Amino acid sequence: MSQSAAEPIEPILTRNFGRPDSHTLTAYRETGGYTGWAKALALEPAAITDAVKRSNLRGLGGAGFPTGTKWSFVPKGHAGPIYLVINADEGEPGTVKDRYLLERDPHALIEGMLIAARAIGSRLAFVYVRGEYVAPWRRFSAAVREAYDAGYLGRGLDVVVHRGAGAYICGEETGLISSLEGRKGWPKLKPPFPAIKGAFGAPTIVNNVETICQVPHIVNRGPEWFAALGTQTQGGTRLYSVSGRVRRSGVYEASVGVTLRQLIYEHAGGVTGNGRLKAVVPGGASAAILRADEIDVTMDVDGLRNAGTMAGSAGVIVMDETVSIPDALRVVARFYAHESCGQCTPCRETTGWIYRMTERIVEGRGRKEDLDTILDVARRGTGTTICAFYDGAVGPYISYIEKFRAEFEALIPHA
Amino acid sequence: MTPSRPQFTPEQQAEVRRLQGLYPDPQGALLPVLHLAQDVFGYISEEVEEYVAGLFGLAPAHVHEVVTFYTMYFREPKGRHIVSVCHNLSCHLAGAPGILDHLRRRLGIEPGGTTDDGRVTLLAVECLCACEMAPMLQVDDRYEGNLTPETVDRLIDQLQ
Repeated sequence: MSQSAAEPIEPILTRNFGRPDSHTLTAYRETGGYTGWAKALALEPAAITDAVKRSNLRGLGGAGFPTGTKWSFVPKGHAGPIYLVINADEGEPGTVKDRYLLERDPHALIEGMLIAARAIGSRLAFVYVRGEYVAPWRRFSAAVREAYDAGYLGRGLDVVVHRGAGAYICGEETGLISSLEGRKGWPKLKPPFPAIKGAFGAPTIVNNVETICQVPHIVNRGPEWFAALGTQTQGGTRLYSVSGRVRRSGVYEASVGVTLRQLIYEHAGGVTGNGRLKAVVPGGASAAILRADEIDVTMDVDGLRNAGTMAGSAGVIVMDETVSIPDALRVVARFYAHESCGQCTPCRETTGWIYRMTERIVEGRGRKEDLDTILDVARRGTGTTICAFYDGAVGPYISYIEKFRAEFEALIPHA
Repeated sequence: MTPSRPQFTPEQQAEVRRLQGLYPDPQGALLPVLHLAQDVFGYISEEVEEYVAGLFGLAPAHVHEVVTFYTMYFREPKGRHIVSVCHNLSCHLAGAPGILDHLRRRLGIEPGGTTDDGRVTLLAVECLCACEMAPMLQVDDRYEGNLTPETVDRLIDQLQ
């Protein structure tokens, strides 16, 4: 059913990115904008959810959960308010795509929100934009005002654009909800899942920006068309953020079935540094690292899971042979130590401890037991915390050391 | 400068009420109101925390807990400009350590510090999600990427 991922595909999410006025309502309408919404108005809410299910759209923020299935978890016939929350708290290292969508196609997000809100029965939606994204926040807020003036919003759906204040953990959906409620961004125990009891105690669906930007196209062109763009278990295209040691870093749209090799060598133009690939992180910092001989994998959720890593946020970070893997792990470990929210003991204590060990290894003060200590404590903490943050940190801790152990040992005196 | 008894103007108070009205529970507006308070008072002192707590009927301890959780709220006077250099992985691979060292020497301060003339506060921060333009930094509201020591110098020269 899927086309060859090597075939160039028609740009969908990026189709307007080349227009300097792509963020305006005029430009959006000229390229078919809001026609998906017009079609959705003629559909029953359950039919919209069903179409999204059949499209095989999976969440593009990191977890890869089937979007239509998530929507179907909202209790049927719920009498009180239901909220739609858009996660625009982009923060996964290596990922830049939601910033592009907010700045270059904000009306696609608004149209997707209108359709999603109709599907789940929501009349009030929040868009949680990371605090540092000031320009995207302004750009998106201006589009919301345009959509109110044009009558798309304010007639059944209101949208509140909310600014965060700097905390990676607020990208975790229940941390985001805590933050939206005016608290520190501590994730919440599940169950209850947000679809049952989320923001302000009401059923809440939290979806990523890019996920929702896909929805108008699914309604417009049909779930079968969307599903056929991808693999057997995941439909569509997605935006890959490619950075690190590549000739052309940037945002590339391709099928979810594109291979990592194609992204590095075709889209991003190949490896810089000494020109020889050493390692690559395929799905944001929390994804396990792959060696140069492991890049013939498709980038869909299941393809990368089978390769022992994850699709995550599709942030691809490329390292050539001159990059020190221990030093890269030190940088990543510093990030997790800084961003641990402090709620769960294993995460709070271990992220700092592992950072200190990686730091002394890189500085030539490592102890010969340090590598095994890192692997041991990383594994012991797995699955013991409230949210996925710690398990995300464990991905790099273990994979960097297991796949490049000799390089670490070379830095440790008497190892 | 923070007055000893912080007070929003009537217009700012109306903005607080507008923000509070956007959420099913007014407490949802706490982060936006703290952003406003920082814009108005320069930073979030304990007095500002108490004042904001009063606007929400919250315990000052709750507001303190929120202010200290997030990186963008300053609890001490900051420079007129904030220069935040990303030091996460993609920027690191693209030379962020050299950019940060250049700024240390140029400004004569360590990350976390403010120049004596109060012009610039320098920070080293986690991923700002602009890896395609690494190495990059944020100067106030603006992202600047593909940095070299020369372009960094020009950016600093432009700050008043």
